[in-house]
Amino acid sequence: MSTDTKRRLFLKGTLASGVVALAAGAGLINPRQVLAAWPKSAFEAKSVSEAMKGIAGTDTAAGNDKITIKAPDIAENGAVVPVKVDATKISGVDSIAIIAEKNPTPLIANFKMGKSTHAFVSTRIKMGKTSNVIAVVSAGGSVSTARKEVKVTIGGCGG
Amino acid sequence: MTISRREFIRLMGMAGAAGMLPASTFAAAKRPSDLYEIPKFGNVCLMHMTDCHAQLNPVYFREPSVNLGVGNAYGKAPHLVGNAMLKHFGIENNSIEAHAFSYLNFDEASRAYGKVGGFAHLASLVKRIRSERGNENTLLMDGGDTWQGSGTAYWTRGKDMVGACNLLGVDVMTGHWEFTYKDKEVIENIGEFKGEFIAQNIHLNEDAQFDYKFSEFSGYNEDDNRAFKPYTIKNVGGARVAVIGQAFPYTPIANPQRFMPDWTFGIKDDAMQEMVDQVRETEKPDVVVVLSHNGMDVDLKMASRVTGIDAIFGGHTHDGMPAPTVVKNPGGKTLVTNAGSNGKFLGVMDLDVRGGKVRDFRYRLVPIFSNQLPADHEMQSYIDNVRKPYKDVLEEKLAVAGETLYRRGNFNGTFDQIICDALNTVNDSQISLSPGFRWGTTVLPGQNITMDHVMDQTCITYPETYRREMSGEDIKLILEDVCDNLFNDDPYFQQGGDMVRVGGLDYVCRPNNKMGKRISNMTLDDGTPIDASKKYVVGGWATVGSKSPGRPIWDVVADYMRLQETVSIKKLNTPKLVGVDGNPGVG
Repeated sequence: MSTDTKRRLFLKGTLASGVVALAAGAGLINPRQVLAAWPKSAFEAKSVSEAMKGIAGTDTAAGNDKITIKAPDIAENGAVVPVKVDATKISGVDSIAIIAEKNPTPLIANFKMGKSTHAFVSTRIKMGKTSNVIAVVSAGGSVSTARKEVKVTIGGCGG
Repeated sequence: MTISRREFIRLMGMAGAAGMLPASTFAAAKRPSDLYEIPKFGNVCLMHMTDCHAQLNPVYFREPSVNLGVGNAYGKAPHLVGNAMLKHFGIENNSIEAHAFSYLNFDEASRAYGKVGGFAHLASLVKRIRSERGNENTLLMDGGDTWQGSGTAYWTRGKDMVGACNLLGVDVMTGHWEFTYKDKEVIENIGEFKGEFIAQNIHLNEDAQFDYKFSEFSGYNEDDNRAFKPYTIKNVGGARVAVIGQAFPYTPIANPQRFMPDWTFGIKDDAMQEMVDQVRETEKPDVVVVLSHNGMDVDLKMASRVTGIDAIFGGHTHDGMPAPTVVKNPGGKTLVTNAGSNGKFLGVMDLDVRGGKVRDFRYRLVPIFSNQLPADHEMQSYIDNVRKPYKDVLEEKLAVAGETLYRRGNFNGTFDQIICDALNTVNDSQISLSPGFRWGTTVLPGQNITMDHVMDQTCITYPETYRREMSGEDIKLILEDVCDNLFNDDPYFQQGGDMVRVGGLDYVCRPNNKMGKRISNMTLDDGTPIDASKKYVVGGWATVGSKSPGRPIWDVVADYMRLQETVSIKKLNTPKLVGVDGNPGVG
């Protein structure tokens, strides 16, 4: 089996587990190598709207309070901001994408879920400046989102 | 003039000591014969000190004349100053309490009532309360910012304060500036501390989890990944009291992350809720309190979201609040206190705990007037010994204060202005930037400024200065960023410091606006508008990124002072405020 095939199988079974997210965050796995249909235009899109169209086919998805995003209010280090998205309250999740609104290329990741996968992803993302982190969840053809602001500050001057 | 204890008691009788107590709670309370006669109540006495910033000896400390509240915080404690604050808490004008809690009439009242704080005087009060209430009925908590803020703390790497706290009998503490020593030193100091160091909101980051250098440290828990013990259970007055620690959530952002590379902080109020629930379930406590370094606005928000906490004993924002704020939440009510700074106050909360519940409480924030409380001999000789090796350096007279020199307030204080002027003069810069810390003691007009005072204002573990070119745009970005830490209308985005201090630069500030829209009309001292694309030579200190190359700030300031007999400011670079008319946070 080639390395890529192994990776693909590995991803298929356990994509959403923390281990994989960690590996992806650490740069061990390059999504470009493992996803069969690499949505190049979405990942290179310069706006949230384009990125969403590229991965979900629409840029007008409703907010959904069944999705929770866990991320710091203020990032300790903009280069590695921990983000967790929990969509386990939604059934039949096909994918979870993470978008950093003000990044030059906003789409950070799009996790494809296997059939029996727990719809929870955890990773670390890079953020240049204060912006919303948006989770885009696709489930059975319906797309919904949640957002949380993460502040990236120059720091200093604490009391 | 300094008044004697006897004279003081006479004056107190005249002034009416009940004035310091919130009228609503204590209207019927019998007037005590002296400030330190605190009527017994209930069975559990929780004492709380916070943010002493290593001030072992008595000091002067001026409370702020500008402490603006925006959004929901408008006009509410702690964003009240001067007469508005006295009125809110029912404190009589011109009383000793008015002096303790406000900036009003500061110089004259300071001369009349003398210095505040000092560990020897604090120790006397603590001993008195312990003996009145019974040692077994009391607990002494320290909210942190204890190991930093003086020359001796810096030179002994916080150890002088660990020793002083051990002597004082601190039972439990949490931290903030404690973490600005090297992590190895933090672990060592906690090892020497005889109380317990607690923090529910500090975890190992992912890198540190693989190979943690302090895996042997007793506070570390591999299972929940917490770097320190999160809570402790104490038996006080026959009740089981759970104390949960909350360290300053933004330590690696407000201070250099390089000193604490393995630890990740944060408010983590969901983890706090889990902790409270778990403690209530497994430990069956009668009382649950949080010892917090969140800052008061963050505590108020946390209290409205997290249920099951009886009281939050807060610090960080240095708000000397005479009475707690009662916060409603879905589970009931939580008291939120804040106990000031620089050793000036001791918070005393007496609780009536029966049948597994808090039935009632009394609270006082007791000002420590060193003329009114005898110095504890043991503590005083400890302090004298600690200072002995550094005495000559610390007591060097640098100049005479030409006016009241203070820092505290949302914008430039006079001592900040001296620091900024020193940077521009000694380091030959056009504009200077100095951090908006809330610590730093006050010097009265005519008083000698010593190296002690300069260290009180500047003593940090990253004191190096810089001189570099910045564009007008960069400078505005910095001002906007720091201003948002102060005036963001969501307290969870506030870091609890004041606005960055500036020298050689004037501006207009609109605190109620959103980030990016607060700062305008930036000009040099001579009125020349700042050009966004032009470069300016900027001097500063306390960089949180990488270490700056210049001399420590205290040497720069001392040099500047030695050149002059009397030090005064030429001009206060305080911004013109827009949209704050009528705000009770401006005096």
